[in-house]
Amino acid sequence: MSEKPKKVLVIGSGPIVIGQSAEFDYSGTQACRALREEGIKVVLVNSNPATIQTDKDTADAVYIEPLSVPVLEKIIIREKPEAIIATFGGQTALNLSMELHRKGVLAKHGVRFLGTGAEAINLAESRELFNGLMLELGMPILPGKVVSDIDSGVRAANSIGYPIIVRPSFTLGGTGGGTVYNEEDLRKLLELALRMSMTNEALVEKSAIGWGEFEYEVVRDSFGNAEIICNMENVDPMGVHTGESIVIAPSQTLSDADHQMLRDAALRIASGVGIEGGCNVQFAMNQDTGQFTVIEVNPRLSRSSALASKATGYPIARVATKIALGHRLPEIKNAITGTSAAFEPALDYVVVKIPRWPFDKFPKTSRVIGTQMKSTGEVMAIGRTFGEALNKAIRSLEVKIPREINPDEHLFPPTDLRIFAILEALRRGRSVEELYGITKINRWFLHRISDLAALEKRIAKEGAIVKPPAFLPRAILLEAKRSGFSDAQIAALIGSDEHAIRKHRKSLGILPTYKIVDSCAGEFEALTPYYYSVYEDENEAAPLSGKKVVVIGSGPIRIGQGIEFDYCCSHAAFALRNLGYKSIMINNNPETVSTDFDSSDRLYFEPLTFEDVMNIIDNESPDGVIVQLGGQTSINLAESLEKAGARILGTPIDGIDIAEDRERFRALATKLGIPQPENGVAISEAEALVVASRIGYPIVVRPSYVIAGRAMEIVRGDEDLRRYIHEAVEVSQKRPVLLDKYLDNAIECEVDAVSDGEKVFIGGIMEHIEPAGVHSGDANIVLPSIRLTESDKRTLVDYTEKISKALGVIGLVNIQFVVKEDTVYILEANPRASRTVPFVSKAIGIQLTKLAVGAMLGNKLPRLRPRVNHYAVKSVVFPFLKLLGTDIKLGPEMRSTGETMGIGKTFEMAYYKALLGAGIKLDGGESGGAKGGANDSGAGKGRGKRSAFLSVRDDDKPQAAKLVPMLSELGFTIYGTMGTVGGIEGAIPIPKIGKGHPDVLDLIDSGIITLVINTPTKGGGAHTDGFRMRRASIVNGIPCITNISTAEELLKAMLELRERELDVRRADEYTH
Amino acid sequence: MSGEKPRAALVLKDGTVLHGQGFGANCERIGELVFNTSMTGYQEALTDPSYGGQILMLTYPLIGNYGTNPADKESDNVQPSGFVIREMSPDFEHRQANSSLDSFLKDHGVPGICGIDTRFVVRHIRDRGVMPAILATSATERDLEPKKLLEKLEFDYSSIDFVSKVSVKEPQVFGKGGKKRVALIDYGVKMGIVRELVKRGCVVHVLPSSSTAADVKALEPDGILLSNGPGDPAILTHAHKTIRELGGGAPIFGICLGHQLLAHAFGGDTYKLKFGHRGVNHAVLDTRSKKVVITTQNHGFAVGKMPGGFELTHENVNDKSVEGMADSGRGIFSVQYHPEAAPGPHDSLYLFDEFMKKM
Repeated sequence: MSEKPKKVLVIGSGPIVIGQSAEFDYSGTQACRALREEGIKVVLVNSNPATIQTDKDTADAVYIEPLSVPVLEKIIIREKPEAIIATFGGQTALNLSMELHRKGVLAKHGVRFLGTGAEAINLAESRELFNGLMLELGMPILPGKVVSDIDSGVRAANSIGYPIIVRPSFTLGGTGGGTVYNEEDLRKLLELALRMSMTNEALVEKSAIGWGEFEYEVVRDSFGNAEIICNMENVDPMGVHTGESIVIAPSQTLSDADHQMLRDAALRIASGVGIEGGCNVQFAMNQDTGQFTVIEVNPRLSRSSALASKATGYPIARVATKIALGHRLPEIKNAITGTSAAFEPALDYVVVKIPRWPFDKFPKTSRVIGTQMKSTGEVMAIGRTFGEALNKAIRSLEVKIPREINPDEHLFPPTDLRIFAILEALRRGRSVEELYGITKINRWFLHRISDLAALEKRIAKEGAIVKPPAFLPRAILLEAKRSGFSDAQIAALIGSDEHAIRKHRKSLGILPTYKIVDSCAGEFEALTPYYYSVYEDENEAAPLSGKKVVVIGSGPIRIGQGIEFDYCCSHAAFALRNLGYKSIMINNNPETVSTDFDSSDRLYFEPLTFEDVMNIIDNESPDGVIVQLGGQTSINLAESLEKAGARILGTPIDGIDIAEDRERFRALATKLGIPQPENGVAISEAEALVVASRIGYPIVVRPSYVIAGRAMEIVRGDEDLRRYIHEAVEVSQKRPVLLDKYLDNAIECEVDAVSDGEKVFIGGIMEHIEPAGVHSGDANIVLPSIRLTESDKRTLVDYTEKISKALGVIGLVNIQFVVKEDTVYILEANPRASRTVPFVSKAIGIQLTKLAVGAMLGNKLPRLRPRVNHYAVKSVVFPFLKLLGTDIKLGPEMRSTGETMGIGKTFEMAYYKALLGAGIKLDGGESGGAKGGANDSGAGKGRGKRSAFLSVRDDDKPQAAKLVPMLSELGFTIYGTMGTVGGIEGAIPIPKIGKGHPDVLDLIDSGIITLVINTPTKGGGAHTDGFRMRRASIVNGIPCITNISTAEELLKAMLELRERELDVRRADEYTH
Repeated sequence: MSGEKPRAALVLKDGTVLHGQGFGANCERIGELVFNTSMTGYQEALTDPSYGGQILMLTYPLIGNYGTNPADKESDNVQPSGFVIREMSPDFEHRQANSSLDSFLKDHGVPGICGIDTRFVVRHIRDRGVMPAILATSATERDLEPKKLLEKLEFDYSSIDFVSKVSVKEPQVFGKGGKKRVALIDYGVKMGIVRELVKRGCVVHVLPSSSTAADVKALEPDGILLSNGPGDPAILTHAHKTIRELGGGAPIFGICLGHQLLAHAFGGDTYKLKFGHRGVNHAVLDTRSKKVVITTQNHGFAVGKMPGGFELTHENVNDKSVEGMADSGRGIFSVQYHPEAAPGPHDSLYLFDEFMKKM
């Protein structure tokens, strides 16, 4: 055992992508704390600013830099860490650490692995080595073969037998894989899979589709002490990625003999691989025969380990860190009970996890779920019965449950709506046996869902007898509550309303009780307060003493409401503690820091509906409730909570209402003399056309009820507008459409500010690099602004102050503006945390949330002068690779899943770093993100020579002409469509797709093109050339820039940086 | 449907009353109320003779999901006098299952209660210690009148010899043709122990708890196993004497009650734990190898003073209670927990190999 290191490098997981979400901020942050409490210095690298781990308080040296081998080597040279922890930053950090190891960087600089090391990682990650080990350990595996060409794949499949599962090597979240039943489909899938794989390899394996799927979370120390923290059962059987499955913990259908068989296997595998820390072992089990098989092992912390930690209360990341430092398991303390960490948690409840999918944002993507991940986040719910946990999880999703659903469209192959389809099928009287035949979901689960359908019927029946229907008899009401039905759900069944049920329920004394998640089923007294609600006898959550504030969280990670809001909520808890208040967190996202048991003084793991939140407020009687940090989720609750008697801190409800009500806001802007783009409201198509003729095209059109620009579009003529109204939205008296004049070629910018009611602190004026019309969440953003004049800025500040005061903002506000020809127009004001709060806070070195919480508690803002003599750029990543079928062009609808930050002394440096962090590979792959890791832009194979392909829409052609000389100077060979580059010297025009060879697809496929600049025309389905080109570039991992301004700034940055080294610094070096 | 189920009441000695639904047999039973934190293995637990005289409550709320089957039993009877859970699965699903847990309990005449706040009861017992309770199931509300039930609750667990009730009446032999002969004194043995020995090539003579040292010696065993079993070890003076007389002869392996009886036999003692150790997640440190294993435990008493000549071999990681001891000079070793698992982890099966080596 070598000595404890003095300094350790921890690598984060980069931007949020499908398959890699907030869970690694949680595990990385826990690791940093566990290291530092032993006096070890921590160097943390992550390109994602919306993470607690990149706060200066989390590590001794924080680098917000792109995650790439060259960057990491620079940091290693600068910081001289003695060790690296590879297993806390997801597949990204694991792959990067292995690359650093393979390239000899670690050895060269004397850096060793802490915890699970290179040999073990290799053993677990390499399919061939792993299969060899399984054979040696006598562990059953599915027959399979690693192939690198299609024909060998087909031969392998013929000898194994269909169905076949294809898994590309070294990809994240099953990208490019799938299940096939015949040779034709296999050939198609293999072609894709081989391309996705960094190593051009894919595993062709017997599919165990339909078998039960189980996961075991193992913790093992370097002395060989090992234990299972949690086992989990996938409700969706094999064939659906575990990240896409509804998962329950602990297992429900295994007998003890079954469970011990898998437990033994998991422990032997962890020992065989040589795990020193945590790992996850997946099994499939044929529950008709009892035969099982090993699917895979993750030699690191994972999404599942985050779920297992929250499900059991056992801090796996913390314990794994202690193990990495050489501690023995029995010597490590279980922070929840004060007893030893050497034990296996016992649950006295069940936990249900349901993924959150982004199909509402990607209507053209197939909703079928399978071996490749498509979900962006997940929710977890806790109950004492399966029905209770399931119902709570469903309402935590915050999705619209389809009222009419044809079960057969969703049962098999499964879609994201399968759970609702099952319920509906059972309501219609179809049998468990039939559904089992279709879905292979274990009958036990189907029976439990059937119980819920039957209970629905009984509630409806009893509701029909009593008058008013809300006056349900006590017995049935209690049974409904114990089965997890919300008041609203009950109300819908009997034609009543939520508040009537609530009133009646309270009058009967049917109130929730709160139980502790204590990791030991009550055997020991728990020291940490982590609660969930049930309807039983004993309430263990006596109101917290002293001054206390409730923070309402933001729920599952979804497009438009990402980790940024969890970041703000976590900071609110920290800030409250500093201000002498106790913090009470309510949230349902198992991946995040906010739901770590020590982030707040009390954690309620609950759905974020009015009922669930108000119940907690009733139980605690807090001094106030913070609603402005949890995104739309929490702000939407503000009004009803206040009506029910809660004290909302900060901006008053009326201010929130003015900001959200278009008419009231327009009136306010007019009163304050702040220009707005011309706009109007319409409740019919005819009316819309009238408004349009008044304000003139182009027009931004959207439904009145908006989250993150959903169903928002730019229309350029009557025909367009009619199509939008017919296809995209339902227009009615209640749901009018909003029409705004779209300002062409204008600069969009936004301000994040904090107000104490008198003074307004401007966190920063951010400028969008893309022109107005790209959703602010998808735009590349720079701070400070680079194009605005001093007078523009003064106007922006003035308007921000005026609006803040007029709305009565106390706390955070985000205001969006458009600047065109010296006029500043206001677009909207959101009196709540925006997704740029973490970015701004890091860029200026001042924590905006902390100021906001102070203001909400009545403190006056301190005098602050942020010094920004550097540039910070926020860039974004998109899920297009995982959601093929969706075009990658950007518009007013938000598409991105995550963000990166680049900081530099010049704008160009900052921008370049931000794009590198986002996985855009600009120099043949060297400085890009980890293979298959942080970026979601494909595998990217190293290429030598650079060639660019240009194809832009008519409007962009003048600007495109400017790009050509820049590209030439950068050494690019330039290809393009005749329309774009025809007549431009030095560029090679090539034929349209299918009109001669080579066309652009040939050039992309053959690896000649290394950069695509393509700005799409509007409309355009999946058959246009542009779509096919963009799709080809995604699949081949070639950067595809779809906005002409993004492209121009990128080329400028590349020119500027040609001669210069990438400059790497600690984040605080920029702000001091 | 819940409405059609019989009602049930659980009344604790301190007057705590819980009403729920009844299942299993329709009757009234008294026992010491204890809880077990294992999430699987209800059938093994229910058939474990160490639960004689006790009402078993499981902390895990969803029970009965996988039914009951002919394989997973530790004895032929349901041993606890009553069964307390949060939720009874109305159906079951498992390839080996041939009966629901409900009918299984009915067949064995044991009552159960569900639908109650078991976590409350667990915390109650954790704070106040285990105590006698009466469990009644009936379709007639009158039978469930708490006051009347409480009046019937006269019970002193430590004064009753449960061992003689659960032990075999006549010797039985398992694993015929094996190479080593093991004399197993049955204080309430789990079949798992017999299975592990037979698996390793032993002929196992299961002897009544009333056996004398002479009875045992007459078999000329290669090894002696003192089994687990129910009740207070202090009152089993006959067993103390038998064991004392066996010391120094064939190697002895004590498990659970067998371990506690060894303490009494050679001058040590035992004490009653506040609420016992019952579960499959308890970490035990092997003081010699410094390795930790996760063990199955089911005991309400623990060894206090170890007898002279014995050294501590295993220790509970949390409360440091004695989990194993050995007198290597006389070839005696014992553990407080259950190496045969069933239910629970297989981490300690190696102890049977050690026993084999000693023979």
